[in-house]
Amino acid sequence: MEPGTHDLRVLIGRQRLCDVLFEGLGAFMLLMSLFILAALFINLAIEGLARLQPDFFLDFPSRRAGQAGILSAWVGSVLVMLVTAAAALPVGVAAGIWLEEYAPKNWLTDVVEINVTNLAGVPSIIYGLLALGLLVHQFRLGESILTAGLTLGMMILPVVIVSTREAIRAVPQTIREAAYGLGASRWRVTRDHVLPYSVAGILTGVIIGLSRAIGETAPIITIGALTFIAFLPPAPVSAVPPFINFEWLSSPFTVLPIQMFNWISRPDPAFQSNAAAAGLVLVILTLFMNAMAIWLRYRARKRIKW
Amino acid sequence: MSASAVKNATALPGRRGLRRSRLARPSEFVAESLLLFAALSAVAITLGIVFILVRESAAFFTHVPIVDFLTDIQWTPLFESPRYGILPLLAGTLTVSLVALAFAVPVGTITAVYLSEFASPRLRETVKPVLELLSGVPTVVFGYFALLFVTPLLQKLVPGLPGFNMLGPGIVIGIMIVPYISSLSEDAMRAVPMHLREASFAMGASRLQTAVRVVLPAATSGVVASYILAVSRAVGETMVVAIAAGQQPNLTFDPTEAAATITAFIVQVAMGDLPHGSIGYQSIFAAGLTLFLLTLSFNVLGWFVRRRYREAY
Repeated sequence: MEPGTHDLRVLIGRQRLCDVLFEGLGAFMLLMSLFILAALFINLAIEGLARLQPDFFLDFPSRRAGQAGILSAWVGSVLVMLVTAAAALPVGVAAGIWLEEYAPKNWLTDVVEINVTNLAGVPSIIYGLLALGLLVHQFRLGESILTAGLTLGMMILPVVIVSTREAIRAVPQTIREAAYGLGASRWRVTRDHVLPYSVAGILTGVIIGLSRAIGETAPIITIGALTFIAFLPPAPVSAVPPFINFEWLSSPFTVLPIQMFNWISRPDPAFQSNAAAAGLVLVILTLFMNAMAIWLRYRARKRIKW
Repeated sequence: MSASAVKNATALPGRRGLRRSRLARPSEFVAESLLLFAALSAVAITLGIVFILVRESAAFFTHVPIVDFLTDIQWTPLFESPRYGILPLLAGTLTVSLVALAFAVPVGTITAVYLSEFASPRLRETVKPVLELLSGVPTVVFGYFALLFVTPLLQKLVPGLPGFNMLGPGIVIGIMIVPYISSLSEDAMRAVPMHLREASFAMGASRLQTAVRVVLPAATSGVVASYILAVSRAVGETMVVAIAAGQQPNLTFDPTEAAATITAFIVQVAMGDLPHGSIGYQSIFAAGLTLFLLTLSFNVLGWFVRRRYREAY
């Protein structure tokens, strides 16, 4: 028997209800994710906000929770990030340029591409093992700022390469053709046209990579840098000649996530509010860096109209 | 290998027959060689990883037969009479990953379907970056969250849950990998051509029916690939389990018990002061090699599955 109009209405109504129910479920799942993010932040704030005094940033770690601070940790993080950026930025950008602008279609390009994809999926702790075997023991760089910076640099290399490629790919072919048409060489086209137009995209990738590196703990523990550090590395700049020195590169160090991990593992609850405060600093730092990256990308998209 | 490639590269402009000033040529050559050198660093890192892991593991396997490594049910490398069976660590890794998936697959898939088929473009563009922040939070902070927020919460629901367990960290890792699943699955669903949806609507299907019976099946390989890549992340996750799952190797699949994963074991050993070249030192490389092979096979599998859907349309 043919279904009557009434039956159809009932059927459609039922399906509509399912639609609405699912929309509610989807919205609920989204809200839940946002709620979890908020819970994480609020939990850290409740536990740690009281500890976030100026002294906290100016004190060394201590056996007494109330007097402990993150001075050596944040200085270490800044110095390690300098090395990481100095290592990953030139190599990553250059590799990205080669893959987009120079790479011929042959097996070598395929090998490089497969490697970049593969490296992006390697767990961070494996980079720690690589650094332990190669940098610490083979090259005898020790458990130093240089080792940590290079380790994290290798880890974020795929992020920098991929974002460089995406940024370069967004530059229209017509611009290259115009430059070639005026007789520019390949490197000139790349240096004077392709690179300047893709700076924003590249920067976005570098910032996201660094925001990942600054919170990374596992590889740093693996190279054996979980020690009590109550001193600062030698200053990179000084008032007397030669003004700049590189002794800090081989100095022992600690970084923010390591300091936080150290405090979490202690049974004394007083240290846990220190951990929460350090976590709060870390989360705010990474959120800030991510927001900056999103803003940069948004601005670049809006400003440039090809 | 690189030398011949460089030679080829310099031969290229000449073949094109472009005339350029003689001065421009050396700089072209230098630039191109440096760029190629940078690109090869990615290959060098992979080779470095394989070399270090295999070399130290080979030294390890001269002391421990590979059969014992794969079949012994105890992992006690720091005991008087050490035993090296990877199974307890694998069981811990697997259990934590399964808990994570049990959380992340439904949440991630529903979020993806909602964002792709129901949400307005504006909502989608605002929500996606915020979701991505979830995977941007440092893992050590998630570890703190698992130990001091999620586990106490779970202890109220599951009486008798110990302070260290695999359930809390599993759920927290699940939270961390939701953005991977939701964003990759959403990309796959949005790649499904509009005319399939239009055909479905024209047949009188509702939005949910279209989403579940037309779009989702058409995007299956992309969605499955996102699950596989998410598993690979969960397996390699370190700090959350090192902090909140306890560090005792334990051959069990019960998520309410404490256990160590492969990654947690590496952290535990690295925190101590093992002399370079000792068997304990080598054991973390053997564990690392196992982890590397595990994640590599997931990544390769995910890559193959994903390539299938790209060719579909």
